[in-house]
Amino acid sequence: MTRQLLTGNAAAAWAARLARVDYVPAFPITPQTEIIETLGRWIDAGELAARLVTLESEHSMVTAAGAAAATGVRVFSATSSQGLLYAMEMLYAVAGWRAPFVLVNVSRGIAAPITLEPDHDDVLAARDSGFLQIHCSTCQEILDSILLAHRLAEDSRVRLPVIVNFDGFTLSFTREPVEIPDGDAVDRFLGPYDPENVRFLASKPISQAVAVMGGGPYSYFRYQMHLAAEAALGVYDEVAAGFAAAFGRRWEAVETWHCDDAEIVFVMIGSFATKARDAVERLRAVGERVGLVRPRLLRPLPVAALRAAVAGKRGVAVIDQNLSLGRGGVLHAELASALYGQPDAPPVLASFVGGLGGRDIGLEEFRRMAAETRAAADAGRAPPPRLLYTSGELRELRKLQGIAHAERAELRRAAPASSDPEAS
Amino acid sequence: MSETHYRRMQDLPSTHLLGSGTAMCAGCGGLQAIQVIYDVLGPKTVFVNAAGCMTLLSVYPFTPFQGSWLYTSMASAPAGAQGVRDALDLLVAKGRIPPEEDLDVVVLTGDGAACGMGLASTSGAIDRGLDFLYVCYDNEGYANTGQQTSPATPHAARTATDALAGGFAGEKKDLFSIWAANRPVYVATAVGAEPVDLARKIEKARGLSGPRLVIVLAPCPTGWGFDPAESIEIGRLAVATGVFPLKEWEAGRVVHTKVRRPRLPVERYLERQARFRHLFEPVRDEAALAAIQARVDAYWESVE
Repeated sequence: MTRQLLTGNAAAAWAARLARVDYVPAFPITPQTEIIETLGRWIDAGELAARLVTLESEHSMVTAAGAAAATGVRVFSATSSQGLLYAMEMLYAVAGWRAPFVLVNVSRGIAAPITLEPDHDDVLAARDSGFLQIHCSTCQEILDSILLAHRLAEDSRVRLPVIVNFDGFTLSFTREPVEIPDGDAVDRFLGPYDPENVRFLASKPISQAVAVMGGGPYSYFRYQMHLAAEAALGVYDEVAAGFAAAFGRRWEAVETWHCDDAEIVFVMIGSFATKARDAVERLRAVGERVGLVRPRLLRPLPVAALRAAVAGKRGVAVIDQNLSLGRGGVLHAELASALYGQPDAPPVLASFVGGLGGRDIGLEEFRRMAAETRAAADAGRAPPPRLLYTSGELRELRKLQGIAHAERAELRRAAPASSDPEAS
Repeated sequence: MSETHYRRMQDLPSTHLLGSGTAMCAGCGGLQAIQVIYDVLGPKTVFVNAAGCMTLLSVYPFTPFQGSWLYTSMASAPAGAQGVRDALDLLVAKGRIPPEEDLDVVVLTGDGAACGMGLASTSGAIDRGLDFLYVCYDNEGYANTGQQTSPATPHAARTATDALAGGFAGEKKDLFSIWAANRPVYVATAVGAEPVDLARKIEKARGLSGPRLVIVLAPCPTGWGFDPAESIEIGRLAVATGVFPLKEWEAGRVVHTKVRRPRLPVERYLERQARFRHLFEPVRDEAALAAIQARVDAYWESVE
């Protein structure tokens, strides 16, 4: 075991190396590229006995990943944002192949407008694909979760691919101290890849991913996937317990922070949840009884653990770093469906959307969200959903527009009318 | 072509390896070609399929293949072949499976996937020198959905999306030349109606390694409009009129493998198909027929 300062991307690459992955189909996209570059260097240097192949798109990359897993090797791949969306058809398809592998998604907002900075609209678009989802908030958690994910995906009761998600920039390019486990210990935890009955061999011909006729067979296979994804909840707890025994770090499906005596709890995923954690500490220092619930597992959704974490609270503030356009925060809707009709469900489930495209969420905003949720609980009525945006931010945007308008007007005055593009 | 097992019809097996009772239409020229292809390739193969007519060969829980099969998507069968090939190579190299468990990887798609949506993944596979055989059954349209115009639809053919006036105004995409320009290992055209020529090309392709393509013209009774009993005759006429040249490309050189002299007039091929009937009825479209004939003649003048 060694301790190093690693970026999130380097931690992800280390996990793939420790898992002794055989195959890395790749395609570059910011902010993920450092992962595949790092693995490529190790493979070239003979430090990792794997093959990295650069495909011509993420759609092909995920096809190759699924096909290689369906042939019987351990596969790791990584993408971000537009890449995940470009691969979307194949995410759904390869999950149905029941060929387990691990795909890292380094979250980044979705065009339009095009951006590089993080939010979770990309990974939540894959929410219903059949991939399980683990969401990380630190670089150590990235490394550990990828090891967990391989074991979870490959379990006989699961056999589904897993997305391990972390935020671009805030984690991908941020160095944190990370414990790198010994290879031998990882080998004992993970074991060699077992293709089970999903593989291609000359002596065992098999037809994979074939067509079905009619709703009966189709439903049969889709229900099997759903039941396997649900079974992954229990398997996850086993795997996490095994990981804790081997490496001393316990990664619960739902992490709670100061929830026991809290009146108001925040619910957040990803690296921005560390901002919420900091806010909880600071608000507690001035006497506010607040807490944080951070689901690490989103698929399967740990419904019982979430219910238990918020049971009896006066109010819950769900902070979504995503936006289902025309509906609102996705996590909020997930929580609402998990809590509706439960005897101990908190009376107020408030929805806040923030952090889109990497927009910061400051301490003052956490204080205000807690206060609004408490006020709603006092009034006995849920507040309307809020989109976090400050008057200062709006003023900065108006300034940019003002500069653009002023420049255009200046150009128009300077140029003769005939060459004015606006006039033609 | 030397060292071939296939010199005459008697050299072809009298029974096919591919099982019967598939969902293909009566008279399917694609299935006819695949039967010959499978006889030559044998069951130590994994067919990586893209969405199209042949996707309905393997429908749960039945398959006519004695070997393996993987359905992928419309656009990415060559990428699926990449994953399977790489994984098999890794398993053999790492000693996790014995070499005799290895399989030949065969991509099987229609012309729509081969010339359109799947062209990027095909191009990538050629760039990477992937060791695979690509079999494209070319029925000159999106046949599985009812013969809409595809990139391989020939000029003047009426389709479900070019159903009126002069039919498809564009030209059939030259997939053969697109592949050849990217310098793969082998490119060939063939047709099930000329099974010895087809078997020899598959035999040759099988013996090579690297990217290989065989385009088989697949006369389509439902899409082209002819009686299923005439499927072989239509395929032969495509060759005899010179409309569909049988050829192969290797190391920068194109060889025509079956040349009919003199060629029959193209209208002998066109007049047998409902998709071209508007060229003959209610009045003969002399200009259009002459233009099609001239295009075929120009091709042969350029290569002879």
